[in-house]
Amino acid sequence: MLIGTPAEIPARDITPEGVYRQRRRFIGAGVASLLAALGLGLPSLALARTPTGRILDYRKPGAFPSDEESNSYDDITGYSNFYELGSGKSDPQANAKALQTDPWSLVIEGEVKRPVTLALEDLLSPHAAHPLEERIYRLRCVEAWSMVIPWVGFPLGRLLKRLEPTSRARYVVFQSILDPERLPGQKSRLLPWPYQEALRLDEALHPLTLLAVGLYGRVLPNENGAPIRLVVPWKYGFKSIKSIVRIRLVTERPHTTWNRHAPQEYGFFANVDPAVDHPRWSQSRERRIGEFLKRPTLPYNGYEQQVAPLYRGMDPTALR
Amino acid sequence: MKPTTVLQLLPWPIALAPLGWLGIRFANGALGANPIEAVIRELGQSALWLLLATLAVSPLRRRLGWPPLAVLRRPLGLLTCGYALLHLGAYGGLDQAFFWPAIAADLTKRPFMTLGLAALLLMLPLAATSPRAVARRLGATAWRRLHRLVHPIALLALLHHYWLIKADYRPALVETAVLTLLWGERLVHGVAHWRNRVARMEFTR
Repeated sequence: MLIGTPAEIPARDITPEGVYRQRRRFIGAGVASLLAALGLGLPSLALARTPTGRILDYRKPGAFPSDEESNSYDDITGYSNFYELGSGKSDPQANAKALQTDPWSLVIEGEVKRPVTLALEDLLSPHAAHPLEERIYRLRCVEAWSMVIPWVGFPLGRLLKRLEPTSRARYVVFQSILDPERLPGQKSRLLPWPYQEALRLDEALHPLTLLAVGLYGRVLPNENGAPIRLVVPWKYGFKSIKSIVRIRLVTERPHTTWNRHAPQEYGFFANVDPAVDHPRWSQSRERRIGEFLKRPTLPYNGYEQQVAPLYRGMDPTALR
Repeated sequence: MKPTTVLQLLPWPIALAPLGWLGIRFANGALGANPIEAVIRELGQSALWLLLATLAVSPLRRRLGWPPLAVLRRPLGLLTCGYALLHLGAYGGLDQAFFWPAIAADLTKRPFMTLGLAALLLMLPLAATSPRAVARRLGATAWRRLHRLVHPIALLALLHHYWLIKADYRPALVETAVLTLLWGERLVHGVAHWRNRVARMEFTR
């Protein structure tokens, strides 16, 4: 008997991923038309939303350009975690009206020489200190799904540097709106409110760290954290706090909401890491929304080259 | 048709309607941005509510004083098992695309997955002994004893649900309240039954 190593699969027998996905779409369309023929097709069930909201004046492409295909406006707005507006993925869109964004003010204070209060208009109109640009980022949720989102915003570091952090500034704390009268998730106390997140100062100053005020060229819809939110693309999504009213520079490491709720599940750093599983599920692969097959999760969500130096010499288990 | 036959057939269209609705929405792309997750969740939720409905039959039968209700148990139990199998199938086939290493790792390493699988495995002997001929061969006492497994199954299924929740426990709390109520009725009934027997024994003595 001949014992040999199994032959490698010739390249011509491997279906390219794009073709595979096209086939999936084709099969889906086939099923839909079959149902339509049976009188079961209900196109009105899946109506696409047209983006509304003010069109922003911004530079495109901005820094860190990407040729990845963005998720649809429908996917981005219809599927999000924003517990202030409810715990289900479609709740934030359904309850979006409960969030009042006008008037809005963002206070930046603490260990800065020049504290400031910014009004909504300061954030939305192009400003010499923080000109708006497009940033197409991957967003990886701790729940093992991901999207590609064309944000409009400005680097947080640019704004912070202008306010001159003092030598005592080590961490940057962010707080979301507190409005238990109107926000359904705050009425029922799903989490200790207000939602709070934090970054180390060097993380906050990193050029990838973005304060987003829009997506797809228009102001942020409420369900995605209007009027201003953080986007830290190499960390799990819960770090990217929404609807920010206060930014404070401090010396001591502050508590953060999900970390306090379940410290063993949601770390302070929460850097995307396929090698470290969440206690209840694997983080090695993710479902890109809109795709059938899962794809491998990349260290630092694919931003390793840009951000790994921030953590040089640190114990990797401390970076969960 | 006899009323009991109607009663026996009734759960099928009612309990299968959500499955049809789920299928229609899936095919029409009306399940949101993550249809696979939605399918898995809805199937699991249906299985859990059908399980609670199965457990509600005997208490209702006693409280309403209408013995024929007992025929509801078999269709409801079988439907529970069917939804649970579809729930596992949707996870393995749609979510993991039959990628066995990941499935094996999930089922062994994640306690909430292990509990769910255990609940489903325990359901199989109940479904298998559901046909009348099999039940008869097993004998009434052994059948009844075996089907008491439904209680640990309910506990496992509920824990399976609790363990995947991040912060919003309200739906699982409703299920817990229902299960507690149904178990409470059984306890009250059991105690009364036992007291009756003791009283009768004393009387005959």
